[in-house]
Amino acid sequence: MAIKTEPIVVNIGPQHPSTHGVFRMRVTLDGETITDAEMVIGYLHRSMEKLAEERTWTQNIPFTDRMDYLAAMTGNMAYCIAVERLAGIEVPERAQYLRVIFAELQRIASHAMANGTFINDCGAWQTPLFYMFREREKILDLFEMTCGARLTLNYMRIGGVAFDIPDEFMPALQALVDELPDRIDEYDQLLLDNEILLMRSRDIGKISAEDAMNASLSGPMLRGSGVAWDVRKGDPYSIYDRFDFEIPVGHNGDCFDRFIVRMAEVRQSLSIIKQAMVDIPPGKHCAEVPLNFRPPEGEVYSRIESPKGELGYYLVSDGGPFPYRFHVRSPSLINLSALREMVIGQSVADAIVTLGSIDINVGEVDR
Amino acid sequence: MAEPTRAIAGSDIAERLGRVPEAVVETGAISVTVAPEKLVEASRFLRDDRDSDARFLNCLSGVDRYDYFEVVYHLSSLAHNHSFVLRVRADHEEPEVPSLAGVWHGAHLQEREIFDLLGIRFIGHPDLKRMLLWEGFPGHPLRKDFMSLPSGKSPGLQRFPKEDPEKWGGEFRGD
Repeated sequence: MAIKTEPIVVNIGPQHPSTHGVFRMRVTLDGETITDAEMVIGYLHRSMEKLAEERTWTQNIPFTDRMDYLAAMTGNMAYCIAVERLAGIEVPERAQYLRVIFAELQRIASHAMANGTFINDCGAWQTPLFYMFREREKILDLFEMTCGARLTLNYMRIGGVAFDIPDEFMPALQALVDELPDRIDEYDQLLLDNEILLMRSRDIGKISAEDAMNASLSGPMLRGSGVAWDVRKGDPYSIYDRFDFEIPVGHNGDCFDRFIVRMAEVRQSLSIIKQAMVDIPPGKHCAEVPLNFRPPEGEVYSRIESPKGELGYYLVSDGGPFPYRFHVRSPSLINLSALREMVIGQSVADAIVTLGSIDINVGEVDR
Repeated sequence: MAEPTRAIAGSDIAERLGRVPEAVVETGAISVTVAPEKLVEASRFLRDDRDSDARFLNCLSGVDRYDYFEVVYHLSSLAHNHSFVLRVRADHEEPEVPSLAGVWHGAHLQEREIFDLLGIRFIGHPDLKRMLLWEGFPGHPLRKDFMSLPSGKSPGLQRFPKEDPEKWGGEFRGD
């Protein structure tokens, strides 16, 4: 006599350590295999796009911290660059270099967090995460030294940055830049040939280059599938065209490739920081911009490469003191586009690894 | 690849879209406005045409223009490194736009977001329902008439009245 089976619906999250925030995945299971998945989001929705329509252009900068709170610098930078393009504001040289140094530091910190939690999801409970946090902590110390905040930085301004760096910053940064390559070598030794990590992440959550592009995936998700596209190279903003760096790509488009792409990007970011430290000129750190200025009527779509992917701002101005429309193209949300297709047919444990490799930040998914 | 992405001018997009009859309604400086009934055909053409190769949908957003809604599509080709901007207009009373989720899978979540916050119905979307807000939420918050004060103006507009540009335009940051 055949045993009667029926599908069972399981909620993963919203409050679960592997969902990286308040994110819920409603999966239908046939035994251990996922036959259908639906994501439920919105638990952290703060209606920032609406709130931003009633605040001045400068007052909106703190919102960008609170979207991707693990990468506040790049959030600030994306918004400030968009407004500068809209209003035609020139940014002083020194401010451009400071922005690049801080954005790349933020990328290292964000990738450290992403990789640490990813390995956590693979089953290496907490130890690698604490190693990664050690590095991130030093970067946050540098942020604190400069702008007083560690997470919600609110450091960049339209036309430059809020403060110049203190005297003790450069020696501390030099010490970090000297130390980090050894640390990354250590992680590579520990992790890249790790049998358990390979078995848990290789050939899991595969997505082809064509599908990744069609689903608008960006950042390490797209590069993991073998598409060498990086906004810093493809559509250079700020002064990225002056630096020499490579775009690491994967080949299989699986979770492991996304992981090694992030690892390799940390090295490239270090290289950019080293170049910027040599070239940084003295001078003003911020252009003179009225605190409540009015950009001319018009619209702009401006994008940068945030650690998660292509972070775009679509701003519409009606010539008033605040944005008429403030739309964020958040990479965390759009990278989830292919989640359903990726997890169907997997076991629950593999779906957790797949979600971890996307590196979402729920603050940016829900906004 | 150190050149910035080339934005294709509106007249050039209109020329490319000449192969789709009656698609272009209005040609702007940086974009074209497409007729809603031709939107899917025009998008498919731009995606599959070898010279256009708009296989990447960057951003999909909606704007409430008081009299009508506007949905803006930012498309780009990673191979040719150029970008297009398409627009489509929807009636303000019952906004409806054909869905592009079948052309670009990346439109799926973005259309749901626009439906949720602006209330534009995307016809043909496989799973059109609220995403960020809960089912039963009254209204669509990104509409300009959502939660306005009795005066008809939003609180922000009252703090910075438009007719007083001197007050808010003259202060400079002191360094």
